[in-house]
Amino acid sequence: MLYRENGQFKTSYTSDLQVFPIAQDRIGIALLLAFAVFAVPLLADEYMFRAILIPFLILALAALGLNILVGYCGQISLGTGAFMAVGAYAAYNLFVRIDGMPMLLAILLGGAFSAAVGVLFGIPSLRIKGLYLAVATLAAQFFCDWAFLRIKWFTNDSASGSVSVSGLSLLGWKIDTPHEKYLLCLGIAIVFAMLAKNLVRSHIGREWMAIRDMDVAAAVIGIRPVYAKLTAFAVSSFIVGVAGALWGFVHLGAWEPAAFSIDRSFQLLFMIIIGGLGSIMGSFFGAAFIVVLPIFLNQALPALGALVGVTISTAAVAHTEFMIFGALIVFFLIVEPHGLARLWSIGKEKLRLWPFPH
Amino acid sequence: MKLTTLAFGAALAVSAVSAAWAQAKEQFFPVLVYRTGAYAPNGVPFANGYVDYLKLTNARGGINGVKVIWEECETGYATDRGVECYERLKGKNGGATVFQPLSTGITFALTEKAPADKIPLITAGYGRSESTDGMVFKWNFPLTGTYWDAADIILQHLAKKEGGWDKLRGKKIAHIFHDSPYGKEPIPLLQERQKMHGFELTLIPVTHPGVEQKAAWLQVRQLRPDYVLLWGWGVMNSTALKEAVATGFPRDKMYGVWWAGAEPDVKDVGDGARGYNALALQHGAEPNSAIVKEVLAKVHDKGQGTGPRDEVGQVLYMRGLTAAMLAVEGVKRAQERFGKGKVMTGEQARWGYENLALDQKKLDALGFSGVMRPISTSCADHRGATWARMHTWDGKKWNFTSDWYQSDEALIKPMIRAAADKYAAEKKIERRTPADCQS
Repeated sequence: MLYRENGQFKTSYTSDLQVFPIAQDRIGIALLLAFAVFAVPLLADEYMFRAILIPFLILALAALGLNILVGYCGQISLGTGAFMAVGAYAAYNLFVRIDGMPMLLAILLGGAFSAAVGVLFGIPSLRIKGLYLAVATLAAQFFCDWAFLRIKWFTNDSASGSVSVSGLSLLGWKIDTPHEKYLLCLGIAIVFAMLAKNLVRSHIGREWMAIRDMDVAAAVIGIRPVYAKLTAFAVSSFIVGVAGALWGFVHLGAWEPAAFSIDRSFQLLFMIIIGGLGSIMGSFFGAAFIVVLPIFLNQALPALGALVGVTISTAAVAHTEFMIFGALIVFFLIVEPHGLARLWSIGKEKLRLWPFPH
Repeated sequence: MKLTTLAFGAALAVSAVSAAWAQAKEQFFPVLVYRTGAYAPNGVPFANGYVDYLKLTNARGGINGVKVIWEECETGYATDRGVECYERLKGKNGGATVFQPLSTGITFALTEKAPADKIPLITAGYGRSESTDGMVFKWNFPLTGTYWDAADIILQHLAKKEGGWDKLRGKKIAHIFHDSPYGKEPIPLLQERQKMHGFELTLIPVTHPGVEQKAAWLQVRQLRPDYVLLWGWGVMNSTALKEAVATGFPRDKMYGVWWAGAEPDVKDVGDGARGYNALALQHGAEPNSAIVKEVLAKVHDKGQGTGPRDEVGQVLYMRGLTAAMLAVEGVKRAQERFGKGKVMTGEQARWGYENLALDQKKLDALGFSGVMRPISTSCADHRGATWARMHTWDGKKWNFTSDWYQSDEALIKPMIRAAADKYAAEKKIERRTPADCQS
């Protein structure tokens, strides 16, 4: 009833090309953003910021990057962890080796290095397709793991191979409270989400989708696969690299290559599969599902047990968490193989007709 | 979706806050554990020992009357989960007293966070070696020894066995290590000693979790080292011993760090592990000590034991027990200054850890005679003691097979100083002034 676009006429090309063509969507998103920027800092406590919101935003950003490659361009990658690691270590090296390097610039340049490495490891995609490409991108994962473990230069000759950063600031704004870190991550996530949304609507995004849907046909109508695939790798790795740098700089503070292991790559891939391939919104849904749900289960299970008077041991909680989490993944994939984003849009469709469906 | 998760989180946060109000005079000890995953065989006995000691403290009447409470959080040995646990527990029940992450990776991450939250970190027998320097690392306490001490003591033992440091010249030593900060930490010391004594050092990394070591042991077979140092944890240790059996490398030439010398590491290998040596971080398996008898009588006999009864007194159980004892004793020490029978904040407990003075009399009273040697910390030395000795697996149990050793201060002190200074420079922290030490 409320969610209905009757009477909203598009009278110019600009209004026709809007990201959110329906006025209610625009209001909803504006409210959501306002809530995230103004209300959340007042409501959330330190635990929420540090343990849930910041990791959620950073991993959502990484999932967004991966979604461009896998969801929009159809190139399966298992090297996301590696590209995150490149972003983190490149940003770290720029930050500690160059005096007076601004943090934001270091993070963005980290993304640029990651984009370069992404293009390099994307070259095989010109010849290899599908699952075989996934295996080829594993090479990136193992190579980067190896490089950051073995080559001492990358870790600034740290004895233990662990690196750390502190003293984050942005244009004179000292970022040390969790609230400020959250706003930094939120700002970057919003900017990149908008960029990505507009990119996938542009000609290059359409090229990616054409390649994804059928690369031969795309080549026949004049799309250069080399250009389309490598730009997808570059843009995706750039965003993933920025997320990796944020993960190291803002979330962990000190990290080792294990923070960007193959598990991270799989985690991100699951995020976009569950959230929705080829959907910006889906990246956020998937990240929320994968980041928040295990933590929520981990805390809710003992509380639930206490309600019925049962003390659940820590080990049992951890095992149950895995089982429920796994079962929920299966459940969601059966109910909606196209991910949570699809559920979301079905919901919107239904809402448009409600309360008078055909 | 986002809204609902936020609402969920907010609800959780609210309930956490209201729970905090209900607390009275209770000292809160967060317990980071890993009871699942690849490192669980070693994580479980440690956690059980830790929690059993906290239970015993309450059975003894608390810390000068202050009851202790605790909450476990499962990290699975993963850094990001460890950080989440830290954030979850640090503010609960009036604030965490001290964190003991039992993971070098988590220690590194928390080292960046703890100073801001004013919560001390105890890393008894692990963590950053340079955090011994309390003038830079105000909140870190690598009590009872670091990996540099461990590596130095193993080399001292080898030198003694060979008949002097000069006899090590030309010997081949292979360092097989868990490829993480944990395994890499001793390398600078090994390299320093290599320069001094001219032995050949080969570094052989094993990737997490360490179940695949064929390549490493192939290297051992080709190299035929005189000694193998084993810096493993969890399944990596038992796998290494099995591979040593398969390769035919003599077990009595293998020397593990104190985290590679407990029952779970050798039990599965059984007879094959006979003769394998490992460092003992002061204590070994101590089933006959007074403290174990007290735990059995006051905790397990009351049906409150955390783990199985026959695990009490095993090496890692004892390590957990000792770690908890140090945590509690620090609070007791802090109470001497800030008021007996009061709940200590993390900041006050930090003073207690920095001024720990456990002499033999106190240890005897606690039931730790024969388990631990006296330890006293100061501003400059957050480690307190570096005693260790060797124990050897005879197929059934661990037996001490060497005298006590202490690490060579003359060698390690400058290394600590240099590494701490480098850290301070990177982080732009000033060394603490003597006046700050009094606070």
